[in-house]
Amino acid sequence: MDILVWLIPISLFLGGLGLVAFIWTVRSDQYEDPDGTSQRILSDQWDEHPKP
Amino acid sequence: MAELTGHIGTERGGLAACPACAVAPAAEDLAARAAQVEGATLALSLPGIHCAACIDTVERALSQAPGVREARVNLTLRRAQVKADPEVSAEDLVRIVEGVGYEAHELDPGTIAATATDRAGRALLMRLAVAGFASMNVMLLSVSVWSGAADATRDLFHWISAAITLPAIAFCAQPFFVSAFAALRVRRLNMDVPIALAIALALVTSLWETSLSGEHAYFDAALTLTFFLLAGRYLDHRTRAAARSAAEELTALEVPRALVRRDGAEVQLPVAELRIGDLVVVRPGGRMPVDGEIAEGSSELDRSLLTGETRPVAALPGQAVSAGEVNLTGPLVVRATAIGRDTSLARMADLVAIAESGRSRYTSLADRAAKLYAPGVHILSALSFLGWFLWSGDLRVALNIAAAVLIITCPCALGLAVPAVTTAASGRLFRRGMLVKHETALERLAQVDTVVFDKTGTLTSGKPRVVNLGDLPAEARGVALALASASAHPLSQALAGALAAETPAPLSDLREVPGHGTEALLAGRRVRLGRAEWLGATAGDETATWLQTPSGLTEIRFADSLRPGAAEAVSELLAQGRHVALISGDAEGAVAALAARLGITDWQAGALPGDKAARIAALQEGGAKVLMVGDGLNDTAALSTADVSISPASALDAARVASDIVLLGGDLSPIPGALQTASRATRRIRENFRIATFYNVIAVPLAVAGLCSPLIAALAMSTSSITVSLNALRLR
Repeated sequence: MDILVWLIPISLFLGGLGLVAFIWTVRSDQYEDPDGTSQRILSDQWDEHPKP
Repeated sequence: MAELTGHIGTERGGLAACPACAVAPAAEDLAARAAQVEGATLALSLPGIHCAACIDTVERALSQAPGVREARVNLTLRRAQVKADPEVSAEDLVRIVEGVGYEAHELDPGTIAATATDRAGRALLMRLAVAGFASMNVMLLSVSVWSGAADATRDLFHWISAAITLPAIAFCAQPFFVSAFAALRVRRLNMDVPIALAIALALVTSLWETSLSGEHAYFDAALTLTFFLLAGRYLDHRTRAAARSAAEELTALEVPRALVRRDGAEVQLPVAELRIGDLVVVRPGGRMPVDGEIAEGSSELDRSLLTGETRPVAALPGQAVSAGEVNLTGPLVVRATAIGRDTSLARMADLVAIAESGRSRYTSLADRAAKLYAPGVHILSALSFLGWFLWSGDLRVALNIAAAVLIITCPCALGLAVPAVTTAASGRLFRRGMLVKHETALERLAQVDTVVFDKTGTLTSGKPRVVNLGDLPAEARGVALALASASAHPLSQALAGALAAETPAPLSDLREVPGHGTEALLAGRRVRLGRAEWLGATAGDETATWLQTPSGLTEIRFADSLRPGAAEAVSELLAQGRHVALISGDAEGAVAALAARLGITDWQAGALPGDKAARIAALQEGGAKVLMVGDGLNDTAALSTADVSISPASALDAARVASDIVLLGGDLSPIPGALQTASRATRRIRENFRIATFYNVIAVPLAVAGLCSPLIAALAMSTSSITVSLNALRLR
């Protein structure tokens, strides 16, 4: 049963990681334009981030 | 956008999208909007975009324009946000987008800024996410306890659960605690009171049990309860936020600007910056932005949006005009006597806000359920606490059982029962072009047995149609066509359209006399087309124009053409066995003709705004549930008196605000279907209440008897919530 000492914190940490990632996506406006996002992957234009 | 101004006055089927359509809304709003424009974030509505190529083309065209810093298209909202230097105007951008082949309209950035980021929705989503995360983790630990973890392991698991649950509940359940507290402070009970109490009591007893190494803890129940309830809240919020942003987009399309003559030059100004005494230039087809007095020019005015009257009224210098009237023939210069909030238009709109509205009188099904439910739950829980305390004398056991009763009866399924159904039904109506703005609109729509229509602009499209073309002698037709083509007056345009197949007669000296008609010479003899008085004839009751040719005078009569789907909607409503009435401010002849054409037996002509509202109130007194469909300012009082109201997208802003549902397309035919969808939705809501009650009837006796374990509580709660959601989905 000693393994629980490790497993419980690990499972909480991983779940928390997912939660933090979700909160980040909400905060950075990633759900503002779901239709547009799905179409933009077909575009050959760069988004503002990875500029050459 | 100048090319649009020409036909706005006549064609109210489309969206009004020109500066001249500005109808003086609240002045302080406008000041705020003007400040936003300075900040130079411009917004465009792009109804035609649909794919990645469209996004690329529009963004590239916009960002290459001089002065534009950044352009971003939002495909979901069909909108573009442009950050630009202050000197860039929205009209330039519209021209650029139209240049690459897409339809574009300017949006008032002040109006849509409110919905750009939906803060309340985001906060709810965060709470939902945290509740989901916490409840899954706690459930994992609870499953181990239920499957046999004992002694120290069980205590450890309970303590970890407590450590997760307490902060999670403190964050996620805030909306329920706040709302329950607000209700209790005014000594009322709402649905949130039992919810907040159940969550709090579950936490207290579970902590107590855990500290005494007890067997049962309800941490998972408290969290799943919060999760399901938040899911219901979020669904509810999403439906209304979508409707609100679409409704605000309609408002934002009407950018309030006016052309003002100052220091000898004509300048475009926001309506908010107008002052009393300003000379405002109103071009033919434009709408009056202010109340005032005609200083120069003569023309005709279309007052149908204010009074419902279709026949144009002559306008001469010195005459008073009100904001909202449409100038038809000649350009007018109006000296402003009242602006913004003080215009008669704004005052009438304010009166509507004061009037008691149908929606405030209605108690929603959820509220009625809460009124029965909340006291019942508290009494039941208190009785089981008392009973067990007296019988066993053990406070701990009694409190545990009271908590179990509260958790089991907690309106988890009830919280989902209404929003899940309204989300599904509103989505279904939205796909058919109807925007449900008010939360209880569907329930009220389901009860409707009487439908009252306005005529001008609602059943009719506001576009006139020639009715007696046969009376026109063959030799006069060419003359009529040539004269009619020379004017932008809606009646002339309709006549020219009807005679399009003829060859125009060779006329000379063709000129338009504003406010009267057009005249010309045919082989040296005068021919005229215009008002009866001008030609020396006597005006009849119907909308008509007169043609004078060398051979004599002919009356050409007009009727409003029907809005698409109007005939189908009326006949289907009658077939459904509902009472259909027509109340119009227009003259008796026109109303009677339309009523006969649509098969409406109950009609009333010449009704003033107050008469309409009074008639609806009289119908309601007779026990009828009234749906009002109308578009004009003269309808707003009636729209808010009725139990539920619908207005077309082309309606005045004030009418759209007063109504519960907005028809996005020009078509009336979805109305009968909407009534059916609404009654089906209400049936589903009632079914959901029954399902939720059924689960309670099974589980509550167990809880009262002290046989309910956290496992049973979790099972009852989840299955009832899922059944309720699935039942709602059947509506799609």
